[in-house]
Amino acid sequence: MVKPTEEAVVTQQEPLRKLAEVRDLNFYYGRTQALKNINMPIYEKKVTALIGPSGCGKTTLLRCFNRMHDLYPGNRYEGQILLGVDQPRNLLEMDPIEVRMQIGMVFQKPNPFPKSIYENIAYGLRVRGIKDRALLDEVVERSLRNAALWDEVKDRLKEPGTSLSGGQQQRLCIARALATDPEIILFDEPTSALDPIATVSIENLIVELKEQVTILIVTHNLQQAIRVSQFTAFMYLGELVEYNDTMSIFTKPVEQKTADYVSGRFG
Amino acid sequence: MVRNPKLIAVLHNPIAIAESIQQRKRWEQFFILLGWFSLLVALLTLVVLVADLLIRGWPLLNLKFLLSPPSSDPEEAGILTAWVGSLLVILVTIVVAVPLGIGAGIYLEEYAPKNWLLDFIEINITNLAGVPSIIYGLLALGFFVYILKWGESILTAGCTLALLILPVVIVTTRESLRAIPVGIREGAYSVGASRWQTIFDHVLPYSMGGILTGIIVGISRAIGETAPLITIGALTFITFLPEAPIKGEFPYISFNWLWSPFTVLPIQMFNWVSRPQEAFQINSAAAGVVLLVLTLLVNSTAIYLRYRFRKSIKF
Repeated sequence: MVKPTEEAVVTQQEPLRKLAEVRDLNFYYGRTQALKNINMPIYEKKVTALIGPSGCGKTTLLRCFNRMHDLYPGNRYEGQILLGVDQPRNLLEMDPIEVRMQIGMVFQKPNPFPKSIYENIAYGLRVRGIKDRALLDEVVERSLRNAALWDEVKDRLKEPGTSLSGGQQQRLCIARALATDPEIILFDEPTSALDPIATVSIENLIVELKEQVTILIVTHNLQQAIRVSQFTAFMYLGELVEYNDTMSIFTKPVEQKTADYVSGRFG
Repeated sequence: MVRNPKLIAVLHNPIAIAESIQQRKRWEQFFILLGWFSLLVALLTLVVLVADLLIRGWPLLNLKFLLSPPSSDPEEAGILTAWVGSLLVILVTIVVAVPLGIGAGIYLEEYAPKNWLLDFIEINITNLAGVPSIIYGLLALGFFVYILKWGESILTAGCTLALLILPVVIVTTRESLRAIPVGIREGAYSVGASRWQTIFDHVLPYSMGGILTGIIVGISRAIGETAPLITIGALTFITFLPEAPIKGEFPYISFNWLWSPFTVLPIQMFNWVSRPQEAFQINSAAAGVVLLVLTLLVNSTAIYLRYRFRKSIKF
């Protein structure tokens, strides 16, 4: 784990780079508008937390990033989510497969495939037609190491992924997302189905991972947002109420709604 | 961070990415085409079959055909006794098979102790669903006709077909009950409901959609069955209707029709097809259309019911 002092130094030295930017985003489930005119940046190799009460649209916003809404009929996007540092492209107009090749996702409940641990991770490469065994081996090991799972499972890569404990399954899902070396990984309340110890290990992992990948995380747990994120967006009723660096959101929020929420007065 | 140049080449090279996507899209297109083709084969067969029946039977498809009893003159012959027979037999089948099937399904799934006996029974019920229908006919001939002395009646036929579809109803009932999320049961128990209350108030109503599907499948099968009914001695030529269930004088309701001899549509068709006169072939085709419409009506009622159940319940 990176020590806080070192981290602060790194933050000061490296300039912030926008990896993605949400512009005037509206989203509709059929006729119901779930997101209203969202604007926010996503900074490279930082953790951005999305917080807000249930039904505020934070998961909806997260799922826009890898076009999960395309899977269900009647959903509609308006606006732009620009992806890329040099030549940004609107990912809402890209091929969803291409988007998902660059933006991975970890879900609320661990959802490993009922296949071996190895195949769970290799699958992201297999769908791209990669069959080279040495390459797959390398990726599986690297991903498992990055997900802090290698030492626990290296002797049983052939066992089913579903035989692992809940926390291990979630780290397996993180490894699966890491395998394809995405630009961004989306975490949708990744610890809400886990016990406190597994939660700590996932949180530590997120903190480490931001050295290599940009992270967007939806969380109900405000402490978790403070612990893992550098930037926080507070959402309410489909609108982005306030976006700022995490410290400011929690210590000197501008909006009254934000102040009420982070101090536990509602939600 | 990925450093292996081979990996970077496949994971981050825009040309490789575009090619990979394109190739996968081509496969997808191919499978969509394949799917369309499969669907077409299935649908075309059906369309040709129905069109053939319709074209050949068309001249006879009128009210007179529906309302006349069979006759030795193909011009005069109708299917009144056949479709009334079919409906009454199916009515008995439903009344017998549905409560028995659902009851057995609930007991096996919810109450029966989980041991080797249950496994044994389960395997055998599944096997029963695959037993050829003529075997059921033989069983019914021995049991209903000779031992219980019910004769070659509508009651015998209905019970025979009920036995035939019972395994299907039991198996789908069990599967639908099993599909209800554990959380629902636990929720009901947690407010103090008994097991029976949990089943009757929650599990059973929520799984009604699936159970109805099983009943639909069963009934569609029963409506077209011929072999077991011939075995128990269904008539092939019958010119009178069973006694009406409602009467003018006390007690206004009569179950005498249960004991009537009968015929059903598929048997009537079979009878006509096997006659030497060319003209009866038309009668047979027309009866075929009516049988299809009857099946369709039963099915669509059941599908509508299922839709209503499914719509009102979402997890």
